[in-house]
Amino acid sequence: MSNIDKNYALQLEHVTKTFGSKVIANKDVDLDLYSGEVLAILGENGSGKTTLMNMISGIYHPDAGDIYVKGNHVTINSPKDAFALGIGMVHQHFKLVDVFTATENIVLGIEDGKFNLKTAAAKVAEISSRYGFDLDPYKKIYTMSVSEKQTVEIVKVLYRGADILILDEPTAVLTPQETEKLFNVIRRMREDGKSIMIITHKLHEVMAISDRVAVLRKGEHIATVNTSETNETELTDMMVGKRVSLNIERTAAENPQDRLTVKNLDLVSHEGVKILSGISFTARSGEILGVAGVAGSGQRELLEIIAGLQSPTGGEITYVDPESGADVDLRSKTPLQIRDLGVRLSFVPEDRLGMGLVGNMDIIDNMMLRSYRKGHTAFVDRQPPKELAENIIKSLEVVTPSAKTQVRKLSGGNVQKVLVGREIASSPTVLMAAYPVRGLDINSSYMIYNLLNAQKNNGVAVIFVGEDLDVLLELCDRIMVICGGRISGIVDGRTAKKEEIGLLMTKAKEDHGDAE
Amino acid sequence: MPNKTEALKKGPKPERDPLVSITRRTDIPLWLGILIRAGAILIALVLCGFATKLVTGNDPISVYIKMFEGAFGTANKTWFTFHELAILLGISLAVTPAFRMKFWNIGAEGQVLIGGLAAAVCMVAFSGSSISDGLLIVIMLISSIFAGVIWGVLPAACKAIWKTNETLFTLLMNYIAMYLIDFFIEKADPSGSHTVDSNTLVRGWLPEIAGQKYLLDILLVALLTVIMFVYLNYSKHGYEISVVGESENTARYVGINVKKVIIRTMAVSGAICGIIGFLVVSGVSHSIDKNFVKGRGFTAIMVSWLAKFNPFMMVAAAFLLVFLERGSDAITTAFDMNASFSDILTGIILFFIIGCEFFINYKLRFRSKAKKEAE
Repeated sequence: MSNIDKNYALQLEHVTKTFGSKVIANKDVDLDLYSGEVLAILGENGSGKTTLMNMISGIYHPDAGDIYVKGNHVTINSPKDAFALGIGMVHQHFKLVDVFTATENIVLGIEDGKFNLKTAAAKVAEISSRYGFDLDPYKKIYTMSVSEKQTVEIVKVLYRGADILILDEPTAVLTPQETEKLFNVIRRMREDGKSIMIITHKLHEVMAISDRVAVLRKGEHIATVNTSETNETELTDMMVGKRVSLNIERTAAENPQDRLTVKNLDLVSHEGVKILSGISFTARSGEILGVAGVAGSGQRELLEIIAGLQSPTGGEITYVDPESGADVDLRSKTPLQIRDLGVRLSFVPEDRLGMGLVGNMDIIDNMMLRSYRKGHTAFVDRQPPKELAENIIKSLEVVTPSAKTQVRKLSGGNVQKVLVGREIASSPTVLMAAYPVRGLDINSSYMIYNLLNAQKNNGVAVIFVGEDLDVLLELCDRIMVICGGRISGIVDGRTAKKEEIGLLMTKAKEDHGDAE
Repeated sequence: MPNKTEALKKGPKPERDPLVSITRRTDIPLWLGILIRAGAILIALVLCGFATKLVTGNDPISVYIKMFEGAFGTANKTWFTFHELAILLGISLAVTPAFRMKFWNIGAEGQVLIGGLAAAVCMVAFSGSSISDGLLIVIMLISSIFAGVIWGVLPAACKAIWKTNETLFTLLMNYIAMYLIDFFIEKADPSGSHTVDSNTLVRGWLPEIAGQKYLLDILLVALLTVIMFVYLNYSKHGYEISVVGESENTARYVGINVKKVIIRTMAVSGAICGIIGFLVVSGVSHSIDKNFVKGRGFTAIMVSWLAKFNPFMMVAAAFLLVFLERGSDAITTAFDMNASFSDILTGIILFFIIGCEFFINYKLRFRSKAKKEAE
């Protein structure tokens, strides 16, 4: 950190970006990046980090404000413009051609007239050895691990002469060992005079790699501080902000009983990355169990495993039958098997139109998804789902021309009412809802909270995966915090502090011991 | 970095409405849909008229009349046209369940071929046997269905288990069927002919009803149309097919066994293709050669798409294509035209009919009009 040259590599002044008329992604953001430093960008989901980076790399154009590169006022209209200015972005989702080699991918799209794969490969090898990358220029992408693919993406921007690098959550897909390797590379790039912006949710990584930290919250730039002069608690406070009161009703949990027990659940992806490790918790009847965590910490996989859509690598899932009190093993059962065991498990998935509903079908046929097998004939009976659809439209105030309207034509809030309505209609004993109010207006959101509360009062064990900490703190009886696929804590929703949860969300436990 | 200075100079482009903005229609009134399609056919006919006059010098009206006569000029021609329609429609119905599932089966040609081959093999094998004609026909039907199912299920199973590409797989299965027929012809008729005809296939002919050899096929396919409509729209299988086609994730979420549905649906497709092959060989032609399907396995794909996978709409789509084909054959001989010219006419007509779907799905708004609306 000694060789920081206080020349600006990049400056943003009063940058604002809105989508539509309501959504303000970035508001009046001032941000500086010095030459030869690593600047971490820290913020919760939806705090505007990615939008900001997309404006710098030419994918979006700011509505207002100015961008300066090395002191020059610039207009960046396309990723090509950004490249011409020496700005290179490494996206979270790789954009590589699978059947090409590393070198072929790296030179793809460069128009300099003298195309020679051999010299290109030599240059790729030279860049790799200079920064300590481990990359075979002739290796095909489809034979590569996730971390190798990421290396290709980084070398690609270096090859094109970028000296301002933006890395969007580069560690999200890496194992701890690979992360350490990446950090070594980043340090060498910094020594070489490159300026690096790194987006991450993980506080310990921020502390490990960055020179300075810029904190964003709800689209606004809160502060930029020197990493050496701050600590994790201070950063969390800046990131989550003061608690806002929402006045969501919360009734007392009545006679809670264990309904679903998860023990030591593990999930390892095909790439060998640990998605979930050692997850243990109990969901109780008449209670809302909140699940907090940065997006992509394993919440989706956890719910899908419980619902029978994925198989865990290890662990136990046990359901306690409310009538008989008998234990039912749910591990690695298909959704149909779970149903046949008499378990009434409802699931409102995150991807409403891609998983919970069929967008091109009308409301009636979507109601039928859960019930079409009923009856012994080979034909479906559309009368009961029609009645259910009309019922839900009426009781949940779904705005739709008719029950025969395709659900993709409904607004987001109404789509969610249809989905939640159907899942509740089967009178579940366990109800899992992933981000059920994402993208919904205030009224629809409160209707969903009320529905979840009504289920809780009926003795349903509700699992609520949320992103807004204020909502979680007012709605849930207990809040389980997940960080990097591990439970970092389970706190009481009535007494927990927002900062406490924020810290748990970003503080991965060191796991050198069992990383293999 | 070649364009550095240029990039620096470039400012944001001025905001301006595009000359034509294209928006997706959510709903279209029935009359407008009919009007657009009728208009497209009219424009196509006018354009074809000009092309005829310019290129061949013939009077377009008389060409059109001849076209119509080619399809419906005599009772026999009419029967034949309807039989062709039945066969094309039957194959179109066969491919439709798979298409609703977004399984791109382009192997209907091969599935029909192999169904026909199975029937022909039985006809040869039992030619000297003492079993009754009725029993022979049942054996042939079962063999044809079985062969069609194998041709359908093989690519489906590989897709379901190993995620192989069904389009390539089904395409290549066509060639296997084709050359198996060649192999059979060589064995059954060593004279070196390319056809095994009614001299060899002496038994196992389907009976004529009411003295009409085409009627049975037509009635069977009419029945199949209704059955397929009910199967797709009102059965549990049909519902599962739609869900899998729209979103495999949703299907898994509600506990549908996606692999099973893929394999089962292709078994249905293959079975129907097998039956059509049986009908063609045993019902009408009483002969087999490797081109007896005449590419209708591929034309059926177009019929299915044109009709948006609705069995009743398929009747109209198949009728149009059969009519054009029969009509072009007639004008080629009547006016001594180059055979390619009637293909040009068919091409023009299809271009307009398929092209008008764009105006049914999308709405165009011109800049001047948009401005007026804004004011």
